[in-house]
Amino acid sequence: MTTLSEDGSLNILLGGAAGQGIQTIEQGLTHLLKQAGYHVFACKEYMSRIRGGSNSTRIRVASSPVAAPLERIDLFISLDREAFERLSPHLAEQTLILGDQNQLPKHPGLVHLPLDTIAEEAGNVRYAGSVAIGAVLGLLNTCLEQLDDYLRQQFADRPTALIAGNRVAATAGYRFGRQLREREMLPTDLRRLASVAGDLLLSGTEAIALGALAGGCNFIASYPMSPGTGVLTFLAQQEEQFGLVVDQTEDEIAAVNMALGAWYTGARALVSTSGGGFALMGEGLSLAGVTESPLVIHLAQRPGPATGLPTRTEQGDLELALYSGHGEFPRLILAPGSLQEAFSLTRHAFDRADACQVPVILLTDQYLVDSVGNLPALDLHNLQPHHHIIETDKDYCRYRITDNGLSPRGLPGHGSGLVCLDSHEHDEEGHISEDLTLRVVMSDKRRRKGELLRREAVVPQWLGSGECEVLAICWGSTLHVLREALQRLRDLPVAGLHFSQVFPLPAETENLLGRASRRVVIEGNSTGQFARLLQQSCGLAIHRCILKYDGLPFSVEGLARQLRTLIESAEWPLEGGVKNHEFKGV
Amino acid sequence: MNSKVYDREGIDISWCPGCGNYAILKILKQALSELAIAPQQLVITSGIGQAAKTPHYLRTNFVNGLHGRALPVAVAVKAAHPDLTVLAEGGDGDMYGEGGNHFLHAVRRNPDLTHLVHNNMVYGLTKGQASPTSLPGFVTPLQTRGVSQEPFNPLSVAIALNAGFVARVFVGAFDQAVTVFKAAIRHRGYALVDILQPCVTFNTLNTYEWFGTHTYPLEAAHDPADRQAAFARACETERLPLGIFYRVEGQKTFEEQLPVYRDTPEPLYRRPLDTSRLQALIAQKRGL
Repeated sequence: MTTLSEDGSLNILLGGAAGQGIQTIEQGLTHLLKQAGYHVFACKEYMSRIRGGSNSTRIRVASSPVAAPLERIDLFISLDREAFERLSPHLAEQTLILGDQNQLPKHPGLVHLPLDTIAEEAGNVRYAGSVAIGAVLGLLNTCLEQLDDYLRQQFADRPTALIAGNRVAATAGYRFGRQLREREMLPTDLRRLASVAGDLLLSGTEAIALGALAGGCNFIASYPMSPGTGVLTFLAQQEEQFGLVVDQTEDEIAAVNMALGAWYTGARALVSTSGGGFALMGEGLSLAGVTESPLVIHLAQRPGPATGLPTRTEQGDLELALYSGHGEFPRLILAPGSLQEAFSLTRHAFDRADACQVPVILLTDQYLVDSVGNLPALDLHNLQPHHHIIETDKDYCRYRITDNGLSPRGLPGHGSGLVCLDSHEHDEEGHISEDLTLRVVMSDKRRRKGELLRREAVVPQWLGSGECEVLAICWGSTLHVLREALQRLRDLPVAGLHFSQVFPLPAETENLLGRASRRVVIEGNSTGQFARLLQQSCGLAIHRCILKYDGLPFSVEGLARQLRTLIESAEWPLEGGVKNHEFKGV
Repeated sequence: MNSKVYDREGIDISWCPGCGNYAILKILKQALSELAIAPQQLVITSGIGQAAKTPHYLRTNFVNGLHGRALPVAVAVKAAHPDLTVLAEGGDGDMYGEGGNHFLHAVRRNPDLTHLVHNNMVYGLTKGQASPTSLPGFVTPLQTRGVSQEPFNPLSVAIALNAGFVARVFVGAFDQAVTVFKAAIRHRGYALVDILQPCVTFNTLNTYEWFGTHTYPLEAAHDPADRQAAFARACETERLPLGIFYRVEGQKTFEEQLPVYRDTPEPLYRRPLDTSRLQALIAQKRGL
């Protein structure tokens, strides 16, 4: 058999209504395929409702690591007519479609798989998801052994009849899949690797929440808001095991102020939210700035303005994160590019917040937090967090002037001193002051901490060839889409650069950007926010932007196509860079 | 303990001469010293306004934060380190206006802290506008036709939410105020003390004399355990009763209900991460 395409992966699309179990199928398939030794990557798009609507999940199955979505679909399993009508126009001719021909419109690629009927025969129409899982496992010639364990885990506290019913449904689906395989309906030569079975399988949400625990987070105060809620929920479920204080606050203003109170007292607090909630925290962010309090806020972006598209993705809040909060104060903005970074940078966020006494904003998005993938390990070195606090003496001053701007941080009740935090401009003790000379001294002190953040920045990641004419620049969740797109553009003189610390920009930014004569920024918003930041900060021109703001993530082929078109055909302005109004998608 | 341990020498206090805040500061120091609470073990959180500057004028740990936001900070301080004595202090605009939502939800959580609200029925620092507790008809540069809104009644709201300790004092009645402050601080759970005080600059209606004639102590026969009676007394508006309206002991506090303190009162900062547990949790994600 031959592979379907050069990337050596099988791409499955599952579509159905909310409540039909798309989520359960995704969980089951990613788990079982990973256990079987396949690399997996899944991401989803869904509508903002509890039941109904039309949702879908893409699962990539491969012989080597995958971490970005494709637009090509090899197998489409449609659970209802709406999903079929919405998603089938985007399919290629060779896509194999499975679904109930009595429910779906006629389509040349449709192979009749009566999911509901098979499920009903197994005892309950709700077992349809297990039929779908079975069919995929059969198509991939994967054994069913793991399924029993999985069902037992999944339905641990449910009647055994439920497990048995799902088992019957899955087996029927499996037989169907095997038959399709024998007819070579979906030729694949995917190899399995025994070592992959032992990999971790994580969502972005889990990676962030585990990173928070590894960062010593022991206090979370948040108000639920998609797509930031998952982190709050995950940590709430670890409340007892890890000794966390968890509070669902009355609003986001309370959340950020509670977090500041917790850090003041020596806890390590996290707030998880999205753009609207973060906007409410603006004054609290400013309070963290003037009181020099550590703070970690997870801002999971979704498209705005205002309520926008609550369940979709965008990188539209970079400037919100950059400029939120009145007055001038240093801040750190980290934007993880992968599941590994979601873990390691969340951990890093807590250490930086504590060490540099600044607010840290962790900028993710719906695409990243809802992505699922396998990875061999997380970086667990020196796992015990180091706390940057001192025991105070009786002359303790919270805002002692120092060369690097950092004053040793004491805690109330820990030592013989008093710890005084003030939102007004204040003296070294922390008492309110309108001494205008002191104002300048304190302002300079706070600004010096920003220099630390720049000097000790997370280094941007260079992708591909060191020699290039064109540099494709991205930040945050688009890392692996660009990495894989560049693999398809090896014939072109293009390299990539990914930033996971977007502010302050690392000191080497200008040098790295200067390696290419033409620069294009790729980001998930409509105005080129990061391009603007780079241009302002480095004085180097950004010549083009590739922008996406339809609520969906970039795909590998889509980005590769746009980059190729741009590089092969565009007449690049070589001097001056683009003006704000010229930042347009190509 | 001598109340001088709380004194800060040589400081510039930004209150107007004759302001009721001076009396409140004195009441507070007296109550704290009688309870022998060391400044190092005390945290005062406050918001913005003249009342919220109080923690700058005594020796204490404090967070003088944002307008209206003293309560969330206080709740978190107590939850992160339950051995500390925590007070949230501010004015009527700060606590009942800007921070009104936090007031409602702090009562619902029942954290073990004392909520001190300086209530002078006017905005001082912004120069004389109405506050949520201003009386109907009160004319200001902004409320030119006089206040038309129903005054916010913090005591009846707190009692409606079943707050464990609800009291009102007047700065002119020093001894009673000290007694009530001490009882409030000793109360295990959320305790509200609404403190009537005149604003000598911007409130020419609710003066020392006005409070003198419009307040009276709750009689000894009042049973603070009787919620219905407490609510009825809190709804009196012609003359304002002073004292402890409502007190119920034994309600579980916010901190007591946190599993983290089930076995030990150790503050969060003294607890290391259980790294082997984290490694085990991560290992579960291998699904083996």
